[in-house]
Amino acid sequence: MIQVLLFARLRDQLGTGVVNLEIPSPAHVHEIRAALAAQFPDQADVVAAGKALVAINQTLTNDEQAVATDQDEVALFPPMTGG
Amino acid sequence: MTVDNWQDRIQVQTADFSIDEEYQRLSANNAEDGAVVFFVGRVRDRNLGDQVSLLELEHYPGMTEKALQGIVDDARCRWQLGRVSVVHRVGTMNVEEQIVFVGVSSAHRGNAFEAAEYIMDYLKSRAPFWKKERILNAAGDVQEERWVDARDSDAAALERWV
Repeated sequence: MIQVLLFARLRDQLGTGVVNLEIPSPAHVHEIRAALAAQFPDQADVVAAGKALVAINQTLTNDEQAVATDQDEVALFPPMTGG
Repeated sequence: MTVDNWQDRIQVQTADFSIDEEYQRLSANNAEDGAVVFFVGRVRDRNLGDQVSLLELEHYPGMTEKALQGIVDDARCRWQLGRVSVVHRVGTMNVEEQIVFVGVSSAHRGNAFEAAEYIMDYLKSRAPFWKKERILNAAGDVQEERWVDARDSDAAALERWV
């Protein structure tokens, strides 16, 4: 199982701040996106690559082949708008 | 490489900050730096043609501080810097309130100007903050609350540092 934290608009769109994905660990980033899209079919577009950013252990990754385990902190969120 | 962490101040807080105190931290007992440059970001009353009455800033606790420290570390690799301060507020802010302080001291102004701008540019699209704004209609009533979209110009601003 992989746990995914959600922030900002993405959390509002999926209606929760934490999602538990029943997929094997370790999982690639693209597999995490696919599992989220399957669990939230109406919001499949907002979790897609290019739409939502992914951080593993609080570090941004651009690599869809990057791997997360059930021990890692995984987060998805929209492009950032600080400052 | 080693980083002079004692020279960095990375702070995420709900409370307002004092520009006087932040300037003191950059300049007090600091004879080697002839330049201090700082930037203050504030809440504007308009966005995309609409009247804004309130800004709400969310962040990702833990990652935010880590991302900001990473940006400051990168700036230190590019320029000779003395002290660096990044103070970013989260929570609810009214129009005209201060949101963010980025301050840099350096021996000479060139480094300080460039590093301050670099840190601000990266902070806007690489540190996990998200803005939500409350919009008023012409009658002054609340029309909607909406998440602010990232701007293409913010992403483009990073290109020149590559």
